[in-house]
Amino acid sequence: MKRSRFPIVVTVLVLAFLYLPILILVVNSFNPARFSGRWEGFSLVWYARLFQSPEIWQAVRNTLIIAVSVTAVSIVLGTMAAYALHRWAASRLQHVHYTMIYQPLVVPEILMGISLLMAFVAVGLPLGLFTIFLAHVTFCVSYVAMTVLGRLQDFDFSVIEAARDLGASPWQSTRRILLPMLMPGIVSGALLAFTLSVDDFVITFFVAGPGSTTLPLRIYSMIKYGAPPLINALSTLLLAVTLTAVLLSQRLANKKGQES
Amino acid sequence: MPEFLEFRGVAKRFGAIQAVDDVSLEIRKGEFFSLLGPSGCGKTTMLRLAAGFEQPDAGRVFLDGRDITGLPPDKRKVNTIFQSYALFPHMTVRDNIGFGPAIARRPKAEIRTEVDRMLELIRMADQADKKPGQLSGGQKQRVAVARALVNKPDVLLLDEPLAALDLKLRQKMLIELDLIHDQVGITFLYVTHDQAEAMSLSDRIAVMNGGRIEQVGAPAEIYESPRTSFVAAFIGDTNFLEGRVRSCLEADYCRLAIDGLPEVVSFNDKGLRPDQPIYLSVRPEKIHISHDRPEDKPKRNFVPGVVEDVIYLGSNTKYWVRAGGRRIQALRQHDRYFLDEKPIRWQDECWIWWHADDGFMLDHFRRDDEALLAAPPQRVGD
Repeated sequence: MKRSRFPIVVTVLVLAFLYLPILILVVNSFNPARFSGRWEGFSLVWYARLFQSPEIWQAVRNTLIIAVSVTAVSIVLGTMAAYALHRWAASRLQHVHYTMIYQPLVVPEILMGISLLMAFVAVGLPLGLFTIFLAHVTFCVSYVAMTVLGRLQDFDFSVIEAARDLGASPWQSTRRILLPMLMPGIVSGALLAFTLSVDDFVITFFVAGPGSTTLPLRIYSMIKYGAPPLINALSTLLLAVTLTAVLLSQRLANKKGQES
Repeated sequence: MPEFLEFRGVAKRFGAIQAVDDVSLEIRKGEFFSLLGPSGCGKTTMLRLAAGFEQPDAGRVFLDGRDITGLPPDKRKVNTIFQSYALFPHMTVRDNIGFGPAIARRPKAEIRTEVDRMLELIRMADQADKKPGQLSGGQKQRVAVARALVNKPDVLLLDEPLAALDLKLRQKMLIELDLIHDQVGITFLYVTHDQAEAMSLSDRIAVMNGGRIEQVGAPAEIYESPRTSFVAAFIGDTNFLEGRVRSCLEADYCRLAIDGLPEVVSFNDKGLRPDQPIYLSVRPEKIHISHDRPEDKPKRNFVPGVVEDVIYLGSNTKYWVRAGGRRIQALRQHDRYFLDEKPIRWQDECWIWWHADDGFMLDHFRRDDEALLAAPPQRVGD
C-alpha cells in the first residue's frame, strides 16, 4: 500500500513554522554583522556587549528577585491549595475553589494585566517590583496547584494514616511523609512558576513601575531603540534558561519515583 | 482471662450507611482474634475505631482498662498493618521499620539494634537498604509487619493483610503470621473476609454482618454449631431444613417434622418444645451418600432421593440430591475413584443419611442467607 506523504509534509511545515524563527534568532546571535542577513562568521561579540550593559544587569537582577520570590510564595500557596482541593473534594464549595484556581490558566493575560493594574491603582499601591511580584503570584499559584494536584491524584493516603499510627503527629506526618512524597510535583511546579515569571511580558508590562524593568520589558524597549543583535543574544540566553527549567520540570513530573 | 481490648456499645454511621451498629466485643490479652464477614459488614470500621482513624458516634473503646475513645492514632499503643501495606516509598526498608522509634526520639544506637532484630525476625537483613518499590508483595507485607511490631504495641491490628497476595504466597504468609504471633505474644485483631484465613489463624472469631456481630467463638464452635443462618451459610456450606418439633425424646433429642422428608431425629440443645418451628443446618460433609440403604442404627436419619448434580472436586465429590421436593447437598470423600465398583452417577437413586448430632438448630434464620449457599443453577439462565 502506498502511504500518503501528506502527514509528513504537514509535520515538517508545522515544525518549520514553529521553530525556524527561533533557530534564525539563535544563529544570528552568533553573527557579528550589525544588520543581520549576511553571515560574517561565528562570534560572541553581542554576548560580550550584553554583559557590559548596566541596564541589562539591572533587568536581570529585577527578574531574578521577582522570579525567586514568586516561586517561593507560589509553591507554598499552590501546594496548600492543591492539598485542600484534593482532600476535601466532596464539598460543593470546592467546585468554586477549583474554578478559581483554574481561571488564571485560561483568562487572557491582557485581561489579567488590566484588572491587576486597576486593582493596584484602586488600593493605591505604588507600581514597582512588589506589584509585579503580586501579579506573578496570582497566576503562578495556579500552575503549581495543578502540577501538585496531578501528583495527589494517585497518592495513597493510607501512608499518612500509617505515619499517624506509628506515632507521628499531624505535622510530623506532613513533613516526613506527605511533603517528601509530593516533592517531585512541587519542584516541577516551582520550575514552571520560575519560568513563567521570568518570561512574562503582558501582565508585567501593565503593573511595572519606574526602576522595575524586567528582562522581557527591557528586550521590548531595546527593539524600539533598534539593537536587534543584542536582543538576539539576550533572547537566546533567556531561551536556554527557560528551556532548561521546562525540561527539568517535565522530567520531574513524569518521574514516578520508586514507589509501587 | 480479662478483656484487654473492649468495644462497649460502639456505633458508627457513614452517611446513610450504619457501618457499625451497637457492637460490644471483648478481646483477651495475647489472643489472635478475627473479625470475619463479607465486604461492607463493618469489620474494617471496627478496626479503624480501635486504631483511632475513626471516632464512634456512640459507645466507648477501652484498652487495658483505659478509655481510649477520644485519643488520636498517635497516642494509642496500637499499630496497624494496612491492606495496601502503606510503606513509605521514599524511605529504605530500614528507615520504614525505624520510623516509629525515630518519631519517639529513641537513641540512634537503640533504633539500630531494634531494627536489626526486626529484620532478623522477618528474615530480610540483606534487604535493609532497598526501597519498597524494589520488594515483592510478600516482602512488603513482612516489612509492614516489622514496622508495626518494632513499636511493641499492645494490640496489632491487621486489615486484610493478605488480600493482595496470590494464593501460594498467602498460605505461606499465613503460617508466618501465626509464627510471629506465637513469638511476640501480642494481641492480634485480624480483619478478613476469608473464612479459611480466619479459621486457621484465630483463637476466636467474631462473625459480622450488616454492622452487627452474629456470633463469637472458637473456629470449631463457629463452624460446627453456627447460631444463625448467616454464620452457617457464610462459613463453609450447609443445607437448611425448616420444619417443626414433633415430639421431644429423652436426653436432649427430639423428632422433627420436615416437609417432604421422613421423620428426622436431631440433637436438641436449645430445649425446644413440641410444635415450635425450627431451622436445621446440616453441613454437606456430615451427610453420607450410598446406593443401598445402610444398616439401621439409632439416631440416624435416612432419606431416599435421586442424584441431580455431581460435581467432582478432586479430593471429594459433591452430590445434589433431590429428596422430598428439596435439594440436599452431600459431600463424599472418595478413597478410590477409578476402581469404584458402583460409582454414584447422575439420575441414580440413592440414600443419604446423617447422625442426629450433626444437625444444628439455628437461633435465627433469614431467607436472604440462602443466597450465600453455593447452589448450582437448576435451569440454564438461573
